[in-house]
Amino acid sequence: MTYIPISPKERDTMLKTVGVKSLDDLFEAVPARHRFPALDLPPALTEMEAAQYLGEIADHNETVRGDLISFLGAGMYNHYIPSVIDHMLRRGEFYTAYTPYQPEISQGTLQAIFEYQSLMTALTGMELSNASHYDGATATAEAVNLAFAQFRGKRAKVVVSPAVHPQYRAVIRTYTQGMGVEVAGDDLAIGDQLSVSGLETLIDENTSLVIVQYPDFFGRVHDYTNLIETAHGRGALVCVVANPTALAIFKTPGEMGADVVVGEGQPLGLPLWFGGPSLGFFTTRKQYVHKMAGRLVGETVDNKGQRAYVLTLTAREQHIKRERATSNICTNQGLLALASAIYLSVLGKNGLKQVANLCYQKAHYAAGALNKLKGYKVSSELFFHEFTLECPQPASEVNAHLLEHGILGGYDLGQDYPALKNHLLVAVTEMNSKEEIDLLAETLAEANHD
Amino acid sequence: MNAPSNLKYATSDEWFEPASGKVGITDYAQNQLSDIVFVEILVEAGDAVEAGKAIASVESVKASAEILAPATGTVTAINKGLADKPETLNSDPFGEGWMIQIEGGAAGDLMDAAAYSAYCESRAH
Amino acid sequence: MTDQTPKIVEPTIFDLSSPGRTGVTFPAADVPVAALPPEHLLRSDLPLPELAEVDVVRHYMRLSKFNYSVDSGFYPLGSCTMKYNPKIDEDTCRLPGFVYTHPLQPIETVQGNLALMHTLQEWLKEISGFAAVTLQPAAGAHGEFTGVLMMAAYHKSRGDTKRTKMLIPDAAHGTNPASVGMLGMTVQQIPSDARGNVDLEKLKAACDDTVVGMMLTNPNTLGLFDEHVEEVIKLVHDCGGLMYGDGANLNALLGIVRPGDVGFDVMHFNLHKTFAVPHGGGGPGSGPVGVAAHLADFLPEPLVGIIEEGEGDEAPLFGFVKPQKSIGRMKAFHGHFGGGFVRAFTYIALHGAEGLKDIAQYAVLNANYLQARLRDTYRVPFDRICMHEFVAEGRFEGSDVRALDIAKRLMDYNFHPPTNYFPLIVHEALMIEPTETENKDTLDAFADALIQIAQEAKTDPDLLHNAPSTTLFGRMDEVKAARELVLCCWLPENYSEA
Repeated sequence: MTYIPISPKERDTMLKTVGVKSLDDLFEAVPARHRFPALDLPPALTEMEAAQYLGEIADHNETVRGDLISFLGAGMYNHYIPSVIDHMLRRGEFYTAYTPYQPEISQGTLQAIFEYQSLMTALTGMELSNASHYDGATATAEAVNLAFAQFRGKRAKVVVSPAVHPQYRAVIRTYTQGMGVEVAGDDLAIGDQLSVSGLETLIDENTSLVIVQYPDFFGRVHDYTNLIETAHGRGALVCVVANPTALAIFKTPGEMGADVVVGEGQPLGLPLWFGGPSLGFFTTRKQYVHKMAGRLVGETVDNKGQRAYVLTLTAREQHIKRERATSNICTNQGLLALASAIYLSVLGKNGLKQVANLCYQKAHYAAGALNKLKGYKVSSELFFHEFTLECPQPASEVNAHLLEHGILGGYDLGQDYPALKNHLLVAVTEMNSKEEIDLLAETLAEANHD
Repeated sequence: MNAPSNLKYATSDEWFEPASGKVGITDYAQNQLSDIVFVEILVEAGDAVEAGKAIASVESVKASAEILAPATGTVTAINKGLADKPETLNSDPFGEGWMIQIEGGAAGDLMDAAAYSAYCESRAH
Repeated sequence: MTDQTPKIVEPTIFDLSSPGRTGVTFPAADVPVAALPPEHLLRSDLPLPELAEVDVVRHYMRLSKFNYSVDSGFYPLGSCTMKYNPKIDEDTCRLPGFVYTHPLQPIETVQGNLALMHTLQEWLKEISGFAAVTLQPAAGAHGEFTGVLMMAAYHKSRGDTKRTKMLIPDAAHGTNPASVGMLGMTVQQIPSDARGNVDLEKLKAACDDTVVGMMLTNPNTLGLFDEHVEEVIKLVHDCGGLMYGDGANLNALLGIVRPGDVGFDVMHFNLHKTFAVPHGGGGPGSGPVGVAAHLADFLPEPLVGIIEEGEGDEAPLFGFVKPQKSIGRMKAFHGHFGGGFVRAFTYIALHGAEGLKDIAQYAVLNANYLQARLRDTYRVPFDRICMHEFVAEGRFEGSDVRALDIAKRLMDYNFHPPTNYFPLIVHEALMIEPTETENKDTLDAFADALIQIAQEAKTDPDLLHNAPSTTLFGRMDEVKAARELVLCCWLPENYSEA
């Protein structure tokens, strides 16, 4: 099966115009000894066969809709996605367009990104948003780049809370390995009460950025206002990694004084899709716009006096600034930014609050139910829709027992925090019914009797 | 292209006024860059600068450029007003658009106005 | 000032909001209601718009109509490989088995996903001639960054700490030097020679024991296959450097030559170009990276590997493995699985080895056909058999018409313009990549339009200066956008001028 619309007769006419005898003759610049390798690939399929083949592969998975009851979050969450989103994403005008470099014929993409930027600033309480990064982790790493550039490399330390998502911290370490940046704090011990101490004392005159998460990786909600004041007092910027659903009800990082607010956009109408693609949102304050990486859409007028939108401040970006650019980023997550914009539009103020409240209520019901179980203990700190559950045995064993009963129990914190090997991170969303939560409690009670 | 005779010029299109120690970009440079939307001066008063090293970064609607020091010396002043009004570099590159002031230094290998005008002319094609 | 108030063609989603409307409602809580935390921890207002579903649908339908796309017409954007995106890919990537799987599920419950990723790794290895492939990088530029990190880690692991210089041809994409800049290395630019190849003498002079390696796009951004690619690679290898291949233009090489066979050490793929993952209005992309055996230990974690061989006809158990000297993690989770891997996998499965070779051959035929039809009208500075694209000059003797004007005028003929002003080494560049999915009629119509436009440039240049004139929107005031910097249509109450 190919998608080539040229007949043999047309091909011959075209070859004649080009002045060569055969298709193979077009490749004489390629070293002869390496030309036309025989590729060992399976024979081509027809569309019908491919549809069946892919269906069979997909059937080898157990999904969180139908096969398994899921309490797994840890950075990606099982939310309901309204039908309208995919109907709009399937418009070829959106998904088969390129980056809107020609604004006269790309106003659909441009206005949609402008609206996405507007919606994200409304949600985070910040002043501006870019057109998105790859995911929450890389958006966080780009915040490090922003701060590094803001201080022109003179402040070489980044302080990262150990309660930031472990994979995000790993990505920060990867990104900064050639920059001469010291990453401090992420190896601070997590106390047995999951307390983080000593973060503030690490912030000094050499610190460019402090990174905290909200709610943190353990699901807890802290007001970072004082920490941000301390950091600002020492001249450092603060980046808050936020869960966008939580922002529907909780005080915004913007109100707390954050300089950069980033996060994973998947909860805003994007599928789990085994972890991607999703989007990383990136919002900041106006004074940092020139140090921010990524595309940016601005309002303007066209030569007919119509309101219109263009990619703006493009001279910051790699295709013009080359090795002097803050980042090498070229793409944004265009189609997924559109999906999130539609999600926020169609849920609107009331819908998003309702989702956040449902998550909060159900998670608190679950926490109450599990805390009553013999041998289990839920962290007593304020949380949103995810909480830690101390188990009577290693979390990996508890999870294995739950899986036998068709339940994805939660994230095993011992994988990243050796002191927490008996702790599960349990996520509850609007998708979890009371029955499912009760079943989780019953099954956990059983696990303790095994 | 305008090129005042009291100034000296670098091949990278900066000007230097020996009398005052002021530094900026030339009319030719601002014209090539077109509409300038961002200026960041990378040095502060008191910093030592070396001829040929970057002192500022400029971005226009379509291009970006590093501005190099045309002379070696110590920075005595920077034009703080440029950050808010980068378009001054387009409207008055030799006057209000000065970028930094240097003292006690030696000019690099610079051209006079006539040589610089000829140099600009030679690049016009 | 009043007559300068812009005319609004389509209101924003905030303009359309009306208090009290809702597009989606959710079931009431089926659990006892818990008290919310104290008010000082809550936000006072959530200033999102309020609309009904139909309002949202009509708004985005209208916006979609403002876009030009591959589904609506010819999109010969050089170096972007705007080929047709098969519809079956849209269905396979949305299969519930793929959509509703969480990245942190136990591996036993996602063997389908892992088998697909493992197979795709194997296929990409076979297509490119590399020993190992990571699927993790999120886009081409992200893949480049991954590759450069591995090159640096390789030298470091050998105690070879002097190497700080990357060689990059003058025709390279901006992401190449920007990726190098992120690692604090320096860039030495290598000029092209008169035939559009890397200038071997200049390269020789640059090769020393401080070279990290060279980043070469081949075919390059002129659309030309470097005629001395093996000598270029030998020079870089002889001075101890590694050879990075920018896979942006791999569409021309499928089944024609494998970069790994020629001696490249590392290369990124662009699944969104070569393997028909749709561009999505600017993303998501997907940028897997292939490496030769000596770099395999440095790949980012995790890779998909076989944890346990299956017995007899049984499938093996797939899982995640960490390479020994891994540079670390490039992003959270496993890469652009749904939108990237499933579509690319479907596409390769549909084509097989012969189909992939057809893609390259017809992509190259189409580009050469257009070049042949246009070379008498538009100067082609490096005029020889091209690969998947070619670069012409968008200017005429004695005319003030520029490449930009030609590009804009093409919109009046209902074509998307080619890439313009890139590569930087060609004056008024027009970079044309037709891809293999266009028929001869379309190519002829496009060539005819460009020839007609060249005529118009002589007879009525203002037609070009003022173009486009038939589109809904005209040329934009980009200076206003950059100077006034209105980046959102809603501003927080505490918004203050910075």
